[in-house]
Amino acid sequence: MARFIIRRVALLALTMLITSAIVFALTQLVPGDVARLILGRDASPEALNTLREEFGLNDPAPQQYVNWLGGFLTGDWGRSFTGANQPVRPLVTERLGNSMRLALMTLLISVPLSVFLGVIAALYENTWIDSIISLFTLAVVGLPEFVTGLVLINGLALGVKALGLPATSGVPENTIGDWIHELILPSLTATFVLLGYVTRLTRAGVIDELKKPYVRTATLKGLPQRTVIFKHVLRNALLPTITVIAISFGWLIGGLVVIENVYNYPGLGALLVDAVKQKNLFLLQAIVMVTIFFFAVANLLADIVYALLNPRIRLE
Amino acid sequence: MTNPPVIEAQHLTIEYLLGKQWVTVLRDVSLQINALEIHGLVGESGSGKSTLALALMRYMAKNARIRSGDILLNGQSLLGKNSDDMRHIWGRDISLVPQDPLAALNPSYTVGDQIAEISVLHDNISSKQAWRKAVEMLEKVRIADPEAVAKKYPHQLSGGMQQRVTIAMALSTRPRLLVLDEPTTALDVTTEATILDLFRELIRDNQAAALYVSHNLGVIAQMCDRVTVLYGGEVMASADVGDIFANPIHPYTIGLLASIPKAIEGVETRLPTMEGISPSLTQRPTGCVFAPRCPVALELCHQQKPALETIADGRMVKCHRWREIVSGELTVDNQTQEAIIEGLPPVENQYVLKTEHLNKQYGTQSFLDRVTMRKARFVQAVDDVAVQVRARATLGLVGESGSGKTSLARCIVGLETADSGEIELIDVPISRQLAQRPQTVKRDLQMVFQNPNDTLNPYQTIGRALERTIRLLNTEALNREQVQARIAELLTMVRLPADYANRYPSELSGGEKQRVAIARAFAANPALVVADEPTSALDVSVQAVVLNLLKDLRAKEGASYIFISHDLRAVSYLADWLIVMYLGQIVEEGTTSHVYSIPSHPYTEALVSSIPIPDPSVKQGAIRLQGEIPSATNLPTGCRFHTRCPRKIGAICEQQEPPWRDAGDGHHIRCHIPIDELIQLQSQSAATPEGTR
Repeated sequence: MARFIIRRVALLALTMLITSAIVFALTQLVPGDVARLILGRDASPEALNTLREEFGLNDPAPQQYVNWLGGFLTGDWGRSFTGANQPVRPLVTERLGNSMRLALMTLLISVPLSVFLGVIAALYENTWIDSIISLFTLAVVGLPEFVTGLVLINGLALGVKALGLPATSGVPENTIGDWIHELILPSLTATFVLLGYVTRLTRAGVIDELKKPYVRTATLKGLPQRTVIFKHVLRNALLPTITVIAISFGWLIGGLVVIENVYNYPGLGALLVDAVKQKNLFLLQAIVMVTIFFFAVANLLADIVYALLNPRIRLE
Repeated sequence: MTNPPVIEAQHLTIEYLLGKQWVTVLRDVSLQINALEIHGLVGESGSGKSTLALALMRYMAKNARIRSGDILLNGQSLLGKNSDDMRHIWGRDISLVPQDPLAALNPSYTVGDQIAEISVLHDNISSKQAWRKAVEMLEKVRIADPEAVAKKYPHQLSGGMQQRVTIAMALSTRPRLLVLDEPTTALDVTTEATILDLFRELIRDNQAAALYVSHNLGVIAQMCDRVTVLYGGEVMASADVGDIFANPIHPYTIGLLASIPKAIEGVETRLPTMEGISPSLTQRPTGCVFAPRCPVALELCHQQKPALETIADGRMVKCHRWREIVSGELTVDNQTQEAIIEGLPPVENQYVLKTEHLNKQYGTQSFLDRVTMRKARFVQAVDDVAVQVRARATLGLVGESGSGKTSLARCIVGLETADSGEIELIDVPISRQLAQRPQTVKRDLQMVFQNPNDTLNPYQTIGRALERTIRLLNTEALNREQVQARIAELLTMVRLPADYANRYPSELSGGEKQRVAIARAFAANPALVVADEPTSALDVSVQAVVLNLLKDLRAKEGASYIFISHDLRAVSYLADWLIVMYLGQIVEEGTTSHVYSIPSHPYTEALVSSIPIPDPSVKQGAIRLQGEIPSATNLPTGCRFHTRCPRKIGAICEQQEPPWRDAGDGHHIRCHIPIDELIQLQSQSAATPEGTR
């Protein structure tokens, strides 16, 4: 198992190295001169050159890459061109924290809910219960986030005023009530996007497993049905689901652009859009790197959990 | 038997809901099993034997219902029980030993946990105590080092060990009734023999009653006290095992027994076969279910169902004509075709295929493996193998799973590329790589696989499948009429109606599909057909049809075969030359009769001794191989067989490679024991069958 984890971590490092090169290369291809972008059209050639020197933009590309990567690893993520020339790192880490909170809240709601719905749908395969669950989960996946978001705002927050839910979300303080209060609407919206996939996957997994002979063995031992389902079936049925949840986690960290906009929530996705609009090079690089990193880590964790649950992988 | 009945089925009729229609799966089935009795249940696929076995446990598919009849466990009806009541009976009073042990065990829990679970549930003991009991149970089923095995997961164990685990599981609560559903079908014959010994002993120790479901008549003959024969969902006959095998009365039983290939049979004889196929669920005949295939059916049989009559103490039969059969007025003869196959004999000194020094290793080391310094593990699947197949002859390949026989076959047809060695096809050297073989070579080397369900594309008609092969492999361009004519010719050749060309595989039975696969192999007049376990997935009566067909085609088309099977009886029926493989190496070769008689390699001797003989009056051989076939990644030194050899003579077996001894007539044995001594040793133990344990 230790060897397995070491292999995976080594792979992760390799992945990050390759993606960093791609990210760097892509930002090099962005049209326009960075120095002119910062200083404006009327800047003097001397001023431009000074700035290029300052940022190391005159160095050859490989050198720039090494400098950038070295800086990134030691915590110097560069400075934002816009505003007060502030360092990129605190900006990104703050937004990352916000995004993590939202992602966590979303997973806490969506995973149990969709697994539960999936199991129910599988146990009542091809009955009206199954049909209703399939219909509901597909419908909410099909709707774009801004529609479900608006419906939620209108339905839950405005319609049911008693809940007093805010239509725009702030960053929650540390009490649990506060978390739920601030994050319930955006995380519900994100949940709706995930619900369809995870529910269907769980349903298919459980149906597949229920057909396997070991389920008959367990039943004929005289085990109660809930033990058969929760101890024997679910452990095997959820294996593919784990991978999908990990992939969703990456999306939740960096991809919630629309939801963050609808709720005016200060997450990483919104920051990414700003960075692109402003052609804010270093900020853009940092956000992409951070998103990819968490995406890769989530997948690493998924692989480890998968192996822990699956002795055929763990003890190959 | 004076013991009280443990389980009884009384006039049980079970129906399945198919679409919107209820169809009868089991009709008026009665069965009684007394304590200490092992009751055999025989039938072909579709006969309803598994449905009956599970119904006795009151475990049924969601779409099944009991139409009428009753099931009594210790005199108490199970029909009134709800699912909560059944949960207290399952695992405590009734246990199941399943067919495929790997699939029947949960892959995610250790086997110890899975055995202990039952005791926690039914014996009300702590999980610690239950674990100890699980280890004890593993010891009881003769697992060496039970403590370590309990901590393993199912996939880490061999098939035989997995089956021992399910047996430990089934017996841990000392159930009154044990249902064994084809428990050794997935195992090698050597492992099967040891498991059968274990069953006999444990069932006796537990004072249990057992239902033994099997399609293998040899196993039934060796295991059971009584036998019930099921056909088309109805009981055809039920009697003591001796009566069933010695004087069968029902024409179906007679036909079934006749279709078993006898140990050694002349190359030219044909097996008696029952024509037709078992009735499907939706098209059961109105008269006797067996009438459409019965060689002695009368008009009456087609119109009126016979009753299940008790004709003697404990003997029942369902046939209109049993009196005539018993009195000897009527003989049931299934020999519908000529008993002797006319054809050209094998050609001496002319070889279709020769291989020399053929080697195949599996296992690779990827870049990532090298980076992380993972050790590569190589498996020598085929080790310096030389085979020769004479024209119009059949080479039989025998050995346990893991012996390398399938790898060898795949290297020959080119599905795997051998690492080194020479292959000659009709005296012309051919490439080891499929891509470098010309079309004519591919045409000459064809293969028939084990499972006909997997080899035919379900979305292609039979005609289309044959057409593709015909067009692909024929050198001259054929027009549409010629192709159609060839398809019809091929189907007729394998004795299928020509209009089957328009059918899809799902509309065919297993035996029919295998015949299509054979037709496809013969589509372009091959010189050599490699058949890898072509009858293993088939019922006995269907197997006989396919074996006959292969013999016919050999005589008529002049083809040669390599026939691979773990069924030593089927091999001996078809092959005139045998090769016995063990861990990638040939340990013995010779004519079929030489290999099967004295002297033979100790491994062959053990294989033959393990065959369950379909005659309850003849006891199975007593030689058993202990342990499992060793891992091919870590080959034993010296003689590869020394770790399991019952005739090991000493350190020389562990240290030196045994010589390839000549026993005359091309018969060779790879063993340290000289031929004369082998003859002496083996004649002694043949005289005293119990002697060598």
